[in-house]
Amino acid sequence: MKHLLGVIGQPRAMLEELLQLSDSFAEVNARAIPKVPALRGRTVATLFFEDSTRTRLSFETAAKRLSADTLSFSVSSSSVKKGETLRDTALTLQAMRIDAIVVRHASSGAPWQLARWLDCSVINAGDGWHEHPTQALLDCYTLRRHFGSLDGLRIAIVGDIKHSRVARSDVWAFTALGAEVTLVAPRTLLPPSLEGWPVQVSEDLDRVLGSSDVVYLLRMQRERQHEALVPSLREYTARFGLTRDRAERLADRAVVLHPGPMNRGVEIAPEVADLDRCLVLDQVANGVTVRMAVLYKLLAGSAADPHDAVGDEAWGPIRSGGSDG
Amino acid sequence: MAATPDESRTGPPTPPDGGVFSAPTQVMDAGDVSRALRRMAHEITERNHGVERVVLVGLVTGGVVLAEELAARLAEIEPAAPPVGRLDVSFYRDDIALRRVMPHAVTDIPVELTGRVVVLVDDVLFTGRTVRAALDALNDHGRPKAVQLAVLVDRGHRELPIRPDFVGKNLPTSREEDVRAGLDGVQLRRRTTGVAGDRGAVTGSEAR
Repeated sequence: MKHLLGVIGQPRAMLEELLQLSDSFAEVNARAIPKVPALRGRTVATLFFEDSTRTRLSFETAAKRLSADTLSFSVSSSSVKKGETLRDTALTLQAMRIDAIVVRHASSGAPWQLARWLDCSVINAGDGWHEHPTQALLDCYTLRRHFGSLDGLRIAIVGDIKHSRVARSDVWAFTALGAEVTLVAPRTLLPPSLEGWPVQVSEDLDRVLGSSDVVYLLRMQRERQHEALVPSLREYTARFGLTRDRAERLADRAVVLHPGPMNRGVEIAPEVADLDRCLVLDQVANGVTVRMAVLYKLLAGSAADPHDAVGDEAWGPIRSGGSDG
Repeated sequence: MAATPDESRTGPPTPPDGGVFSAPTQVMDAGDVSRALRRMAHEITERNHGVERVVLVGLVTGGVVLAEELAARLAEIEPAAPPVGRLDVSFYRDDIALRRVMPHAVTDIPVELTGRVVVLVDDVLFTGRTVRAALDALNDHGRPKAVQLAVLVDRGHRELPIRPDFVGKNLPTSREEDVRAGLDGVQLRRRTTGVAGDRGAVTGSEAR
């Protein structure tokens, strides 16, 4: 595995391997000194053409905890302002012998294009409305740690599905791991076609609420307001917000997720955001953990996967727990 | 990065050049292993004047069950069994850049190590590189009063100045041989065709 571009179409085994690998890094993060020398001498560059604080900080923290060096490239203070193309910017970084580029770009597909141009690893940190694979992994990891498994979980994703790369990646990761997903949104905030999406759709949050194990709230993007997709934020809150009243009707074991940043008072009531069942801060912590797993998986070594190693069966009939395979 | 012949710590591979291994020969059976572990348990408690301050830490994967077994033996001769942990040293290996090293289990150190005597337990001591990685890893978990090393088999060919404190069996081997050691016995097999390798030096694999 050289790049992490998307989760759509990825096999369950690949997702599960990354989640399992994350357990080892959760142990590292729980230590007094949360740092291992695993990626010493490797360099990771973050190349963000869109604003982000948590994703960039999360990747940089993950890289530093693996002892990799980090470079941070933000468009506002770079030659992009002078008209440099994406390709030239990326080739410049590569010429500095960067091992991995973490890229966020407003254009869907930009990370795929970079992966074609570059020899180093490319990690998609969000491209347009398309994909945000590490967000999907950290959401899956958070749910796996909380519930043990995603198999059979009923997950409602609520909000602006149409403009959400988080929703696209999450739908595929959640369902690949065995969960059932229901999208809850006004029709104006759904993609024009849901053909091929393994989901159910509802326009009534109150009907879905009581039977959901997970309510995943998307950020209501205020900057979309001028498109007049909803009559007003107040009306959106009234129909699709997780108000205090709705929070009381959640199932006992239900949890609330949100990719951040939260608009308190719009998609989630301020007091609901502070409930124990709201796992937003777990998501942030787990974000560092799964990004460590992704960086390690992409950058540690270059040979084939050790699980391909053969020859165990060539040993004699006695099998021991001492060298368990 | 050039691809190197891959070798998993947990699965002895076919020789990288495509040779084959001979049928394995039995060096110790389960009874021999049991007797060796009993002796090692006595040596551990003798050396440390009891096991009050001792923590057994098995190296993933082969050392984990051996550490548990040693703890069980110590419980028979001491008032209480020492705590048992496990350590996966993947992130500390010196060959991460050469081959893909994936962790096989989550490290679990159940007690504060500072001031304790840590007995590292592994199945086979070979180049010493796993033990070196383990010493680095332990550093990140505290500052033990002392670290000792217990291995079921010492097969020689050290590449670092490391020696074991407690040994089940000294087993002279050549580099072309593989050793597998567990509670059910110890086996040795030899490469019968293919060129002589320096897999120990290249991969730093400790167990084989």
